[in-house]
Amino acid sequence: MAASKEQMKDIYLRMRRIRDFESAAARLFAEGKIYGFAHLYLGEEAIAPAVCECLRDDDYITSTHRGHGHIIAKGGDINLMMAELFGRYTGYCKGKGGSMHIADRDKGILGANGIVGAGQPISCGAGLSIKIRKTDQVCVCFFGDGSTNQSTFHESLNLASIWKLPIVFVCENNHYGISMSQDRHQAIKDIADRGASYNIPGVAVDGNDPMAVYEAAQEAVARARAGKGPTLIECKTYRQHGHFEGDPATYKPKEEQAAWMAKDPMPRYSKFLVENGVMTQAEIDDVDKKVAGELDAAIKFADAQPYAPDESVVTDVYSDIVEEVRVR
Amino acid sequence: MSMMTYGEAIREAMSIRMREDPNVILFGEDVGAFGGCFGVSAGMFDEFGPERVRDTPISEGAIIGSAVGSAATGLRPIAELMFNDFLTVGMDQLVNQAAKMRYMFGGKIDLPMVVRLPAGGRTGGAAQHSQSLEAWLTHTPGLKVVYPSNAQDALGLLLSAIDDDNPVMFFEQKTLYATKSEVTSKEPIPLGKGRIVREGKDVTIVTYAKQVLDAEEAAKKLAADGIDAEIIDIRTLYPLDKDMIAQSIAKTHKAIVVTEETRRGGYGGEISAIIGEEMFDNLDAPVARIGALNTPVPFAPNLEDVYLPNATDIVLAAKKMF
Repeated sequence: MAASKEQMKDIYLRMRRIRDFESAAARLFAEGKIYGFAHLYLGEEAIAPAVCECLRDDDYITSTHRGHGHIIAKGGDINLMMAELFGRYTGYCKGKGGSMHIADRDKGILGANGIVGAGQPISCGAGLSIKIRKTDQVCVCFFGDGSTNQSTFHESLNLASIWKLPIVFVCENNHYGISMSQDRHQAIKDIADRGASYNIPGVAVDGNDPMAVYEAAQEAVARARAGKGPTLIECKTYRQHGHFEGDPATYKPKEEQAAWMAKDPMPRYSKFLVENGVMTQAEIDDVDKKVAGELDAAIKFADAQPYAPDESVVTDVYSDIVEEVRVR
Repeated sequence: MSMMTYGEAIREAMSIRMREDPNVILFGEDVGAFGGCFGVSAGMFDEFGPERVRDTPISEGAIIGSAVGSAATGLRPIAELMFNDFLTVGMDQLVNQAAKMRYMFGGKIDLPMVVRLPAGGRTGGAAQHSQSLEAWLTHTPGLKVVYPSNAQDALGLLLSAIDDDNPVMFFEQKTLYATKSEVTSKEPIPLGKGRIVREGKDVTIVTYAKQVLDAEEAAKKLAADGIDAEIIDIRTLYPLDKDMIAQSIAKTHKAIVVTEETRRGGYGGEISAIIGEEMFDNLDAPVARIGALNTPVPFAPNLEDVYLPNATDIVLAAKKMF
């Protein structure tokens, strides 16, 4: 089923929010305002918003180290995200998690994740929980091409298949596992082919086309919700930046980068929306302006937030034990 | 009051909570109709059915991950790893996910999950099926670690473990499964509380699991030589009942720490350090630390006997203090 006009607009809004958030993160990182690791979703914006457009608030997602896009697409609060990137007490994780560990239970976001491939078994747990509790929720598991060489990928697709778990495995094939290109890190071209090993549908789509992603996700989510089991969707896309901010990505051939920049999902989707009469250029400009304002506000919000008090370092390890703090 | 084996007590605790709460489930390799590698879940498949007593493929990462994901979304799962040695295969899900999620997410998630971990030697399992790996997990903030020595404690502590909102690692010593002891209560036993197994005034033996039996045997021999040993079964490794240890040492002024693990880097070292740091004023002798040798677990029974600590080691250590 194709997306409605309202859904198409909503997908654009979320894509724009991600693009601006990530652009701001890149700038703030370069300025030294945020620190640690920042793995950005730039270039992959067509995927998570299109997938999450098929989800309800009570559906779950698991995410990755490159998680900002997933969290924004699932309805995460950019003020709290930015405050967490700034390491502040009022951020999503009280300054204890940072970029790679943002979670929001109310939105079904089971956490970004610093370990490649770790979200896949967790999605199986969410799927199992849905089955046992007999709800019609689904769980979307986002991961990259690099993680499809981890044991967790194979264990999880196998388990999800034999248990018919309501999971949509969304592989964002950005063609790099850190510095190692896909043609070097695995001997197959289409990761979707791996669905066959587990007797589940494997679909490869243009990951820079939100409409193609939406259609595949819509079908897979409906299948999962109906209790028919998991689907593997491979979205072919490109990581426009390095693995992390500060990685000059000299391993990427210039021609390859240029070819993918020409397929940048943002201008491509705006053009699609205008050409198909979904939005006028003026409406798109309005969204862009609104989102730019949101981002400015988020950065101001984050920068004004307090740092965590020292004693908070020993809380939240357990629900009922506060660890000892060092006396200096 | 009834006699129950350690294995039956574990099954009873799981069954009690599964009858009360549909969100408590058990899964792992061969836990279903097969009844578990050691028969611990025998009969549960018939009572609770294949949805709630679930066989998994041999996929330790997916097993522990399924516990993490289901605990994060409303269940109270019990995952069984067939041998604690297989932790290695699923360690990321335990150490980097389960243990750290609450902290990483700023306290905004509960993870009420139990991982059951059959452990220990004297089954001829050799190097990959006989280890005692509790120190790997006590070393990981965010996990609670329990290791009972008898049926009553196994029952009560497992009830508490299932009720806990944090990931609880529940070790089970394989040679204890068939040991019978009295069970007088089916109420939870709080985590973090030790048990005085034998009162004595001359030396404190701090231990847990199978070594409690060794300590009792040693205490009998020591009594014949006029040494009156007090035995503390800590029962929960973390949180640790330091008060009970301190009170005992204030009385006996001597401490022997006994664990089944390889001595180097073991939890016995942690307990010894705590005694040395916090109870030094009450000590009349250096803390004695008894554990297995710093080798892989050997196969042949005579070699395993050399490798593992036993009652004689405790007797010898105690006698050196007098």
